[in-house]
Amino acid sequence: MSIDHHPSEERLLDYVSGGLGESWSLAVATHLALCPKCRNTVARLEAMGGGMMDAAEPATLADNSFDALWARLESEEDEADSMPAIAGHAGKIDLPEPLRSYVGGSVDALPWQNMGLGVRQLLIPTADQSTARLLCVAAGRPVPEHTHRGEEVTLVLQGAFRDSTGIYAAGDFQEADETVLHQPHAEKDRDCICLAVTDAPLKFRNLAFRLVQPFIGI
Amino acid sequence: MDGCFVIEREAAPVSERPTSPHRKGSGVEGAVAAVAPMRLARRVVDKDRESVLDEFEDLIVAIARKRDRAAFRALFDHFAPRLKTFFMRGGLDPAAAEEIVQETMVKVWRKADQFDPAKAKASTWIFSIGRNLRVDFLRKEKRPQPDFNDPMFVPDPEPDGFEVLSVAQEADLVREAFDALPPDQKAVMTLAFYEEKPHSEIASELGLPLGTVKSRIRLAFQRIRSGLGESV
Repeated sequence: MSIDHHPSEERLLDYVSGGLGESWSLAVATHLALCPKCRNTVARLEAMGGGMMDAAEPATLADNSFDALWARLESEEDEADSMPAIAGHAGKIDLPEPLRSYVGGSVDALPWQNMGLGVRQLLIPTADQSTARLLCVAAGRPVPEHTHRGEEVTLVLQGAFRDSTGIYAAGDFQEADETVLHQPHAEKDRDCICLAVTDAPLKFRNLAFRLVQPFIGI
Repeated sequence: MDGCFVIEREAAPVSERPTSPHRKGSGVEGAVAAVAPMRLARRVVDKDRESVLDEFEDLIVAIARKRDRAAFRALFDHFAPRLKTFFMRGGLDPAAAEEIVQETMVKVWRKADQFDPAKAKASTWIFSIGRNLRVDFLRKEKRPQPDFNDPMFVPDPEPDGFEVLSVAQEADLVREAFDALPPDQKAVMTLAFYEEKPHSEIASELGLPLGTVKSRIRLAFQRIRSGLGESV
């Protein structure tokens, strides 16, 4: 997999510091599963965070802090955290972790919501205020031309799309904001499946699409 | 960096680890002043020599293998007070900071067998555990992470054999590059880690345009890459 488009450095910093919301972190983490280069950057940032913590002046702990902790560990002994079992999906594995655990299955088996115009979506539950969704755009079909009221990131999982800024294939990560007006088209050979995260509804240029937008929840 | 040499860290005993005088302060100046230099003693040695494992890494391995209470106590004595300061600088009150410290050390004990000294230094690993617990504590959110055991995980390419730094060597170089950052870049990076706020919020907190904060972060990244001997 050759990845040409990566999260910005400031987004990786937000991911490492913990400041990035869950929906966005899901997109970054799923990109990281596919991208050794960005994992390397993240490892360096974590080393920096570890260095800051390690260089901090030691605070005074509460009395008996260690004894309380040890008593707790002894009373809970051998409830050791086991490695999470790899989810045993019946279907084939075609989505990487951590995304797969969030949507719970292979692409074919998901309860897609058909939105017309060759677009299907699946909303992904997350605890932050932003919206994460899987989008499946039929081969050769456009996603209606839109700008964004806020930020949008898109991680391609299968197939590819193309817009005025370039071609995005599996593993590629696109960042867009209100300054970007784009009309992505899925490439002709295959449906394009993406993880898209937005912090505000998309703003469509086409009036007809804008009228139906409240009903289809994009 | 010359490919014939590696930089080896001289591990100091716990009690002799350098710390800076505590300086109180708030806002950017305080946050930056409060960062002790992370520079560590180093010497250049022949690459054929194995670099010694940092003793903190050894302690975690001892916990994993032998459930070694003394090792855990030593690790706790070093890291718990520093974690508490780290969380308090991010705005947590002492009781909340102490609670997250305890939770972090519980995870260190339980997950010790997942620690891989080839992948991270002890401080890096403990920081990442604490950071995840703070996200959960403050926002009740999960922090998704890649899973190395997932069949779809794309592994790292094989190293090309040239100038491969160990994890500890690379971490030391990153920290040196961080120490040497100009104050405006260091302030942004420090606030990000301490306060766990996205860079957009840091921009408003500092009263700076978002673009200025982004460019400071990118310049800091450039300096860190160049500190690692990479082209920027």
